[in-house]
Amino acid sequence: MEQKLVALSGNEAVAYAFKQALPHVAAVFPITPQTEMMHKYAEFVANGESDTEMILVESEHSAMSAAVGASAAGARTFTATSSAGFALMWEVVYIAASLRLPICMALVNRALSGNINIHCDHSDSMGGRDAGWIHLFAENAQEAYDNAIMSWRIAEHMDVRLPVMVNYDGFIISHTADALHMLPDDVAYKFIGKYKADYALLDVENPITVGPLDLTDYYFEHKASQLAAYPRALEVIKKVSDEFGELTGRYYDHCEEYMMDDADMVMVMLGSSAGTAKDVIDEYREKGVKVGLLKIRTFRPFPFDYLSKVLAGRKAVAVLDRSASYGGQGGPVFMELRHAMYGQQVPIYSYIYGLGGRDFDLHQVETVIKDLQKVAAGGEMNNVNLLGIRS
Amino acid sequence: MSFIKNDDLHEGGIIRDAGNAETYKTGDWRNFVPEFIEANCIQCMFCWIYCPDSAIEIDTSGDKPIMKGIILDHCKGCGICAHECPPAKKGKSALVMVREEK
Repeated sequence: MEQKLVALSGNEAVAYAFKQALPHVAAVFPITPQTEMMHKYAEFVANGESDTEMILVESEHSAMSAAVGASAAGARTFTATSSAGFALMWEVVYIAASLRLPICMALVNRALSGNINIHCDHSDSMGGRDAGWIHLFAENAQEAYDNAIMSWRIAEHMDVRLPVMVNYDGFIISHTADALHMLPDDVAYKFIGKYKADYALLDVENPITVGPLDLTDYYFEHKASQLAAYPRALEVIKKVSDEFGELTGRYYDHCEEYMMDDADMVMVMLGSSAGTAKDVIDEYREKGVKVGLLKIRTFRPFPFDYLSKVLAGRKAVAVLDRSASYGGQGGPVFMELRHAMYGQQVPIYSYIYGLGGRDFDLHQVETVIKDLQKVAAGGEMNNVNLLGIRS
Repeated sequence: MSFIKNDDLHEGGIIRDAGNAETYKTGDWRNFVPEFIEANCIQCMFCWIYCPDSAIEIDTSGDKPIMKGIILDHCKGCGICAHECPPAKKGKSALVMVREEK
């Protein structure tokens, strides 16, 4: 199979990926930096390249509500948002997961207000980390495209039936032209498959009730069955990724391990900054410094077992969060990762960087590597550190 | 009260058994109850149309439906039936709300 090499922005790449699933319904409301993605999709529909029903709504709360309604009706459904738009969806984001609806959503990561800021950080996604969605992160347009293709297979799998959020960094990925390989339409659709809802509101032969009052008698049992889906989702994500790898030659796991085999010191992060870190790691590797990178792709469900195994025995670990947990200790990824490492004697430190789109540059990676060297040699440092802030 | 077994619960709380509201009794929420005065009833079916639950008992065995009374297991005493009931018999309605004594 020939994969076309194209130059597209992340937003365009994801719009193509969604189009290739032949979704029935898209719920649309603009917000920077996501707007361009749905703009591109609207072009497909206007040009007759896609027959997706686009529902133009009046807010993101309505966008997610429309997505829930369409998905419950039996339609393959997607939507997209960023930042404050995701925050406004809040109530319905939980409902989508609780009703076990396989909706896919592009979350083009952007800082939350205030003050108002349109640039990248991960605080929008992290705010929704307990809502029950699957969160996949990407380093570049290729990974965003690939995750968007795989998201349907994961969401609609009978062992999962959960909504999937395809995260990619606002502007850094969404608006930057990048080279990527795209699957031909027929190959992509064959991989994704036709969607058949298990129960659908529009199936009038088999009437159902969706979203009834659920009080002290059954709510907890429904939540228990939802909780049981996440370990299964981890397995399905791996299986689907393996199958995707065989098809495309691009293999994914819950994390990408870069120079990890013999690494004493490890940096852990999400998203586009991994690309910057890899460059600096290459330089330090040439100097003989054993430093590696662990890039988390599946943030929800959090791959606890994977991480505790791969980080066992390392001399120092730095977790870089592009979001903060105000009043908590360090960033969200740090907290979960250190929890995954409970009982192990691996020193783990938190760095918060890049809030509101502050550039993540080579010097910041160097700072972290130098800190890690100090700690690996028995030195001490602060538990929580800010990276790239003016003093 | 007996519960559905966990294995038989549907994911996402979906209910697949249509019409099961009939088994969910809500009549004990009530303070007022509609009193049916059959002599004033003109069989207009307004009460049956407007009842937000399924509390109006209708006999459908004949050519025309016949109002039979109130199913108290499902009546919450909202009073909509009495409000909509037309005072067609010399200004008198067939449904009036009275305080329910318990």
